[in-house]
Amino acid sequence: MTETETAAAQAVPRDGRPFLEVKDLQVHFPTDDGLVKAVNGLSFSLERGKTLGIVGESGSGKSVSSLAIMGLHKGSRAQVHGEIWLDGSELVQMSVPEIRRLRGQQVAMIFQDPLSAMHPFYRIGDQLTEAFLVHNDAPKAVAKKRAIELLDRVGIPSPDKRFYDYPHQFSGGMRQRAMIAMALMCDPSLLIADEPTTALDVTVQAQILELIERLQSEFDTAVVVITHDLGVVAEMSDEIAVMYAGRIVEQGTADTIFNAPEHPYTWGLLSSIPRMDAPRGDELVPIPGRPPSLINLPGGCSFHPRCPYVRDAHRRVEPVLDPVDGDPSHKVACLLDAGTRKKLWDELQAGIRPSDARKDVMAEEGAA
Amino acid sequence: MSDVATSAHPAPPAGNGGEPLMEVRDLVKHFPIRQGLLQRQVGAVRAVDGVSFDVMRGETLGLVGESGCGKSTTARLILRLMEPTSGSVKFDGEEISTVKGQRLKELRRDMQMIFQDPYSSLNPRKTVGTIISEPFVIHGLAKGEGERKRTVQELMDRVGLNPEHYNRYPHEFSGGQRQRIGVARALALKPKVIVADEPVSALDVSIQAQILNLLRELQREMGITLIFIAHDLSVVRHMCDRIAVMYLGKVVELATNAQLYAHPRMPYTGALMSAVPVPQPRLAAAKKRQVLAGDVPSPANPPPACRFHTRCWKAQEICRQDDPAFEPKEGGNVAACHFPLTDAEVLERVPTARNA
Repeated sequence: MTETETAAAQAVPRDGRPFLEVKDLQVHFPTDDGLVKAVNGLSFSLERGKTLGIVGESGSGKSVSSLAIMGLHKGSRAQVHGEIWLDGSELVQMSVPEIRRLRGQQVAMIFQDPLSAMHPFYRIGDQLTEAFLVHNDAPKAVAKKRAIELLDRVGIPSPDKRFYDYPHQFSGGMRQRAMIAMALMCDPSLLIADEPTTALDVTVQAQILELIERLQSEFDTAVVVITHDLGVVAEMSDEIAVMYAGRIVEQGTADTIFNAPEHPYTWGLLSSIPRMDAPRGDELVPIPGRPPSLINLPGGCSFHPRCPYVRDAHRRVEPVLDPVDGDPSHKVACLLDAGTRKKLWDELQAGIRPSDARKDVMAEEGAA
Repeated sequence: MSDVATSAHPAPPAGNGGEPLMEVRDLVKHFPIRQGLLQRQVGAVRAVDGVSFDVMRGETLGLVGESGCGKSTTARLILRLMEPTSGSVKFDGEEISTVKGQRLKELRRDMQMIFQDPYSSLNPRKTVGTIISEPFVIHGLAKGEGERKRTVQELMDRVGLNPEHYNRYPHEFSGGQRQRIGVARALALKPKVIVADEPVSALDVSIQAQILNLLRELQREMGITLIFIAHDLSVVRHMCDRIAVMYLGKVVELATNAQLYAHPRMPYTGALMSAVPVPQPRLAAAKKRQVLAGDVPSPANPPPACRFHTRCWKAQEICRQDDPAFEPKEGGNVAACHFPLTDAEVLERVPTARNA
């Protein structure tokens, strides 16, 4: 059943478009204090079987953009502009009944907190079968069989008994696994995981990551992982987008982002976490300040108030997400020139503090 | 146990003469489970079940483990925020597990706590000034409005808050700033020991680094002893001199930072470390992830003998029969295990072992 469905999904003509393509997505919320520009021109694409990691601090617009892909802003006051193409159909302009048919069927989501994402009054089994019956004209027995099969697949012991349990009878890890089973009920071709392991212990996190990876290779699902945990994205993603203040500031393959990043914000993120894979350092280098208000975005480059390498011009000119020389898959939105960025990154790698690295580069530019 | 006391890590902060500030022995806390009309006790959740360790003066001791392993309960017991079921806690040579009344209040001056959630641990109806000066009021110190305000503003400045924000309310601060308020409040009475219970897990990564740096800096300057509870093993590695790993109410391994991260001996510690996602795709691909099957068993009905045997891939018959002794293993780690990890097994799974 899975195989034929997968084949059918791939046969749909998409005029050469990628499986998922987001183009210049904007999500704005009008409030009493002003317009909150949560997502501000987001573009990316993703093919089946691949994983895109979106990283950023809270308030960078990661979750809001994923909710937009699910069409969950429809009917709210949110203003959504731009295009979202999934498998040949455009989602932003789609009507609510149409998108409801898609949701759960083709696109499914795993939320951060399984306790609040599941209904406490209904049995786990009923919640799973509901997801199936909404989209399929099938007898209940078929849905039940599938639910039990999936609970078993995600590693719930004695699933035929656990089918009748309520969410509170499951532990945190089991609930998260049950939610993954629920997301998989209709073999979605796109899975969005919003902080899928943040509420879990490391041991359970390892189980869940392993499970998502295994299911992805089995069903050839496209996965979007949204998280602030750099370790999780490094382990899961093929490609990574770093978001700041509603925009992507850097994008590239996982290897590029971790080993040759070009944006000062990405550098900041990488040097502010204690790492298990390097000798124990003395001091972490935090990013000064905090994320900007999304109502009054700083002019020019929105990272400029926190950037150690800011120049006067950066407060006025807005950077564009441009490909890096020699690597079309690596894009960065930074006003520093490529040579300076490379020199700064080399110095940071050598353990020089951002303030000192800045002096070196500035002095050189002054001399030139 | 004293043989692990001497830290192999470069120069632990001032005041560390390797002498214990606190001695915890056979600490037990059982929460009764009551049922029925008469609320008869039918069992007990054995949250902490026989824990012994020392806390050295001026060191940072880490307590790690999965949720429900008893690390927070242990911390609350040694601060006497809870009364233990049995066992002994000595603070500066004085038995404190049974003290009450005035003496307990005096003790509290020396022991403070920083909480996980910077939102719910501050009273939203009080100004920051009032919150930070509360310890002085409770203990009758820094009398007089002017003196108190000056002291509080010094503290605010010390932890990186603007002293002019003395009259603001908690909601006017960001998460990171609120955690600084919590730190200032804990520092107010110049305590000897501070317990930080997951102080950064609710914060964004960039803010997390700010708070971790602040804690280390303050500790170095003021010679405070820090008990640091966390589940994030990379944060613990960054912060702690010695680490106690807990599982189901027991300490299963205790070692210095260098020992633990270079060669964990207890398979549970090894599994925890291999589960930590590494922010380096190249390493992540090469590493063998040790996935523990199943969940932590219920502390109301823990498995007999070695409590980890139900999830341990090295478990044999003896692990189900005999409780392993808590004793020094190869490399100096103290662990409770019949079949400790070998160096080869460690190298395969633990990313920190390679650069030891």
